[in-house]
Amino acid sequence: MTDHKQDDVTGIETTGHSWDGIEELNTPLPRWWLWTLYLTIIWGIGYSVAYPAWPMISGATSGLLGWSTRANVAQDIDAHAQKNAQLVTDLLGTDMEALPQDADLNRYAIARGGAVFRANCSQCHGSGAAGAKGYPNLLDDDWLWGGAMADIEYTVRHGIRNEQDADARYSQMPAFGAILGKDDIAAVVEHVISLSSSDFDAALAETGAEVFADNCSACHGDAGQGDRSQGAPNIGDAIWLYGSDRQALTQTVTKARFGVMPPWGGRLEEADIRAVSAYVHSLGGGE
Amino acid sequence: MNYLKLVILALVPLIAAMGASWARDIAYQVHALIIMSIAGGMFLWVLRHTDEPERPRPMSTGYADGVIRAGVIATAFWGIAGLLVGTFIAFQLAFPALNFDWGQPFTNFGRLRPLHTSAVIFAFGGNALIATSFYVVQRTCSVRLFGGNLAWFVFWGYQLFIVLAATGYLLGSTQSKEYAEPEWYVDIWLTIIWLCYLAVFLGTLIIRRERHIYVANWFYLGFIVTVAMLHVVNNLSVPVSLWGSKSVQVFAGVQDAMTQWWYGHNAVGFFLTAGFLGMMYYFVPKQANRPVYSYKLSIVHFWSLIFLYIWAGPHHLHYTALPDWASTLGMVFSIILWMPSWGGMINGLMTLQGAWDKLRTDPILRMFVLSLGFYGMSTFEGPMMSIRAVNSLSHYTDWTIGHVHSGALGWNGMITFGALYFLTPRLWGRAKMHSISAINWHFWLATIGIIFYAASMWVTGIMEGLMWREVDDQGFLVNSFADTVAAKFPMYVVRGMGGILYLSGALIMVWNMWMTIKGGAKQSAPVGVPAE
Repeated sequence: MTDHKQDDVTGIETTGHSWDGIEELNTPLPRWWLWTLYLTIIWGIGYSVAYPAWPMISGATSGLLGWSTRANVAQDIDAHAQKNAQLVTDLLGTDMEALPQDADLNRYAIARGGAVFRANCSQCHGSGAAGAKGYPNLLDDDWLWGGAMADIEYTVRHGIRNEQDADARYSQMPAFGAILGKDDIAAVVEHVISLSSSDFDAALAETGAEVFADNCSACHGDAGQGDRSQGAPNIGDAIWLYGSDRQALTQTVTKARFGVMPPWGGRLEEADIRAVSAYVHSLGGGE
Repeated sequence: MNYLKLVILALVPLIAAMGASWARDIAYQVHALIIMSIAGGMFLWVLRHTDEPERPRPMSTGYADGVIRAGVIATAFWGIAGLLVGTFIAFQLAFPALNFDWGQPFTNFGRLRPLHTSAVIFAFGGNALIATSFYVVQRTCSVRLFGGNLAWFVFWGYQLFIVLAATGYLLGSTQSKEYAEPEWYVDIWLTIIWLCYLAVFLGTLIIRRERHIYVANWFYLGFIVTVAMLHVVNNLSVPVSLWGSKSVQVFAGVQDAMTQWWYGHNAVGFFLTAGFLGMMYYFVPKQANRPVYSYKLSIVHFWSLIFLYIWAGPHHLHYTALPDWASTLGMVFSIILWMPSWGGMINGLMTLQGAWDKLRTDPILRMFVLSLGFYGMSTFEGPMMSIRAVNSLSHYTDWTIGHVHSGALGWNGMITFGALYFLTPRLWGRAKMHSISAINWHFWLATIGIIFYAASMWVTGIMEGLMWREVDDQGFLVNSFADTVAAKFPMYVVRGMGGILYLSGALIMVWNMWMTIKGGAKQSAPVGVPAE
């Protein structure tokens, strides 16, 4: 049914088809539409000549401008590295204890250290450095091996109880399961609880105090205040690395713990070690 | 014939029972039980009707409209479900406490989000496409649907697909590909359904009584064929066990990502654009009662759209492991796609030449025009966001979410609502919708809802993009991710409010449809209720 009619409103002919009453006008393509389409096509050809675009048998055309995302990133990083070159030199030359006095350098060290921390340390210590069971919280001032800038830097550089670095911080608590009887262990656990809690069995803790004096005070101190020179934790401050309930403490006394931290000396650049030490020092507990 | 059916329907529950007992995960087990009970029920039903004398059927000379009525109801039902989940998860993002502890892990954001996207795209949009394509192809071919009850099989099979997909997400079964989350057996089932859908549609085109194929049908056919191809290729995977839902993709790494976004972008291009343009080409000229603006434009923009869309996927992977050349091509094709996309908008809007005055009195036509406006806006925004420099700011931000929703709520949602208002009175033999002023209410609630949604997402998207890239003079990032989350809170609340408005509009529509279907049209309502 080809029945070309003229549309009253527009004065344009229909194509003569009709489907369920729907007809079509034979309006030509809008010029602006067609020209914009052509323009985008021409632009597309130009753009794909200028930029990497067309796949070939091996590889692809690299474009006349020599543009690449990877080169751009490398360029950005280089630009910042160049701009910060003086800061890096200063960081390597500075006395770490005096770092906080140089505001600009300190800001650089802490920001860089934060990036290093998030990439290398957060897996154990948490992205906010609050630690987890077995991994010390670095936000507080309860330090196992010391919280001065130099202490932190030493710990980062050499690590703890690892075999890779001869200078790693090292100490080991004996597994008292082989030394003391179960009753003595229960008693000493009760005594340890009594140091930081009011919920304990007084009589048992009394017995435990003697066991503690004979076996534990050499490292942890008479009052359980710990000894940083050998990484012996303060056990009277209610901050616990492996848990504070009787079961966890009994396990600690019976089998001992052996937390390990790798040495970062060979893995990170010198500037990164200094920076991450400054960062950890700045978190709140630095001494 | 019935005996063959009985054998199959007896075997399916048996296999499903084996699946349920040997299932390696809860999703597979629940799915096996669902299939077992459905097939078991059908077995009993067929058994009770076997060897009954054939009842004389009324001669079916007219169009097959029963399946379309079912499709219209399903569209409205899944629309409400999808919008409800969407609004809820919008508030989950603003108030994380709504990830209730008692509902874990089933009701956390991670599982509800694919439920929302699949419900609105595939359940709401898919049912709308299937129902309207069945309606349009019959009318424009002047012939009843090909394949008899096959259309009903497509309808119910598709609903089963939706139920399996949705329950699977909640129970933790997903292959983690966006918009293609269902696992292998659900994919296989959908493939079967889709091929039957193609058979019904293509068969109807072949037996048509019109000399020419109407443009709406080109778009529907393009949508059906391409979605079949996309679905099969993107879901190529090897099940870990026949008795478990887990499968392993055959592609890996950047090839997998590229396949996924070739699929993902063309789910937008062919499902949400080409398919819905098919709707547009029928319902807009019908409602405006005007001839389509330009036949030439419809040809040129159809073929250029079909040719160009398929190459635009790489723009989802700018600045990733995807090689630069692929990223450039994705961007170039996206920009050339601008005019072909706009061809549909021009053809729709200009069809109103001589009928613009109807906008004052006809809220259904107003919905169509608004949807075309949003279509034009998002098909301009899309190519713009595909430009690498823009994308480096917009990618991964809420801007993308806003862009998607101005397309989904504005274009797909509004045109579907318009089509439902068009179809309901015609399919149930009523003079018109129960209440025209309720359609007006729906129009304005939805419009304001979309504006809330899109505007808040532009603001938070651009804000967070700028916050993410902000570096100090030494080259270090200024903001943490959590800073950006905190800054977005007010806009997240506004977005949720937009969702509530849009959902309320849809609820009014369901009430209106219910009243229209239940009784005759409210004759007292004048045909032309002024908009304001």
